Amino acid sequence: MALVEVKNLKKYFDTPRGMVHAVDDVSFKIEAGTTMGVVGESGCGKSTLGRTMIHLIESSDGQLLFDGKDVTSVKGSELRQFREQVQFIFQDPFSSLNPRKTIWETVVEPLALSGRFKKDELEKEANRLMDLVGVEQRLRLSYPHELDGGRRQRVGIARALALNPKFIVCDEPVSALDVSIQAQVLNLLMDLQDEYGIAYMFITHNLSVVRHISDNICVMYLGQLVEQASVEALFANQLHPYTKALMSAVPTVNIHKKRERIVLKGELMSPINPKPGCRFAPRCAYATEACRQPQTLQEVEPGHFVSCCRVKEINNLP
Amino acid sequence: METQKKSFLSVRDLKVTYQSLGKTVHAVNGVSFDIAEGETLGLVGETGAGKTSTAKAILRVLPDVGAKIEGGEVFLEGEDLLKLSEKNMRNVRGNMISMIFQDPMSALNPVQTIVEQVAEPIRFHNQISAAEATSRAIKMLETVGITADRVHEFPHQFSGGMRQRAVIAIALACEPKLLLADEPTTALDVTIQAQVLDLIKELREQLNTSMLLITHDLGVIGEVCDNVAVIYAGQVVEYGSKVDIYDYTAHPYTIGLFASLPDLEKTVDRLTPIEGLPPDPTNLPTGCMFHPRCPYATEECRKNRMELREVAPGHYSRCIRNGKEG
Repeated sequence: MALVEVKNLKKYFDTPRGMVHAVDDVSFKIEAGTTMGVVGESGCGKSTLGRTMIHLIESSDGQLLFDGKDVTSVKGSELRQFREQVQFIFQDPFSSLNPRKTIWETVVEPLALSGRFKKDELEKEANRLMDLVGVEQRLRLSYPHELDGGRRQRVGIARALALNPKFIVCDEPVSALDVSIQAQVLNLLMDLQDEYGIAYMFITHNLSVVRHISDNICVMYLGQLVEQASVEALFANQLHPYTKALMSAVPTVNIHKKRERIVLKGELMSPINPKPGCRFAPRCAYATEACRQPQTLQEVEPGHFVSCCRVKEINNLP
Repeated sequence: METQKKSFLSVRDLKVTYQSLGKTVHAVNGVSFDIAEGETLGLVGETGAGKTSTAKAILRVLPDVGAKIEGGEVFLEGEDLLKLSEKNMRNVRGNMISMIFQDPMSALNPVQTIVEQVAEPIRFHNQISAAEATSRAIKMLETVGITADRVHEFPHQFSGGMRQRAVIAIALACEPKLLLADEPTTALDVTIQAQVLDLIKELREQLNTSMLLITHDLGVIGEVCDNVAVIYAGQVVEYGSKVDIYDYTAHPYTIGLFASLPDLEKTVDRLTPIEGLPPDPTNLPTGCMFHPRCPYATEECRKNRMELREVAPGHYSRCIRNGKEG
């Protein structure tokens, strides 16, 4: 049984200019102790998806299952219970910490609120957390502004770990960090997963990072899932035209390999009241009349799902 | 070889400091490099390494209060820009040298239309009528892929990619000989980044513009640049051709940078980060600036400042280990 499962999840925002289809009919499963990478460009709905999954915002439609239980519309004490098991790591370690609380107060807060610990245990547990994420004890009384970005992100991770969650949504946790610090934080997240069996949903626009950390990957485009596969399958063989273009657009450090770059024409269409049919079609080199019909995610190869009616022709598949 | 081409921009021992809360921030500590005509030099480094301060010092647009160019020379076609009067410098900016800023939203004036903003430098540097400037601006905007029916719109009506195209159009409006591009694609999505990088490469060919490309992204550098300077704590620590830097990496910091990067093309079990943090620019370490984080640091590294040494023709590294493996 999967730890987390979403079925036909939708999140629409009602705006003066129309209905924004931020997340539109997304379904997938995350197994315990594994990482689901979610990639896509700005505005593809990946952050909204992450927030909807832990009830930071409420979904418009669809179903959310956690540990086999339907948690789509939990409230009150049930919601609180759910939230003890799921956590969130935010992108920006500068604005996600309370500037008026010391590092110590920040780490101890979720522990104290949970009511699980006696006063003397609190101290011990908070110390353990700080050691675990590698924040030095001498920084206990420092404020967030006195810390560098990497350490701030570690404090955010300590807070997320406080109540031993089973599932953490990481929303671009290393995007604001320099590469040398980014590697430190990625290693920390992977070590924690090995030790505590936490499942991650790892949201990022960085394909190298997602390859490094994920077991499975979802590729999103304008609120919809366009391709889903294991990390090996997706990097070996991209089947959706958008994934192909996305992958080819990433500049790599391999300066000798001549890669064929697919440069997409145009930009994202508006997510406000989108027309039915493939949302990538206006930029797609393979688009035909058939692409104006609504697309469904189909299993093209075992475990490899693609939402494209021309996927077999394009990839010469039987 | 590159050395036979005439050096077009030559930066020598540039030093920049800032005053902050009674402390002196040593942002740029003796940066030197050359750019030949039509060449693109990539300046790569992490946050706070002094990349942007270097570019702003070249153009002399550092903040009036607190920032100071402590020393050095910036020769453009043999003339030291740091010695020019402010009036003469104004004829250089936007005309001989332009800059593309990282964030296209804050680089544009929100209450002026796009075409007005492109026409402004054209009018300032050329004695022509407003109508003539506008028509040249429209032509420039078309070159960067903005059609004439959209040029009278305001920045907020543009997407991020289009705004960055507009910023590029402003920078190239007077066909400058040198372009300082400060993280021109960092704020953009990868598919839009690919479009903008292609555009920059294409225009560079057309106009034979030299370019200083500042970025923290080694992938972007690999794609666009001829030569590369790696900057750490306000000093160039490694300098050479793209092949020198990517295939024959010499300096421990550069080696660490590459090892920190997750690879798009293969799976690695574990990344090897550079331990520790960049130094505090108000309190720089003794000896080699990188020694506190360097796995190879010796007693000598702690004591003496390092000079750039030539490890192979045209390939320089600021390290005593050079040439020694292990």
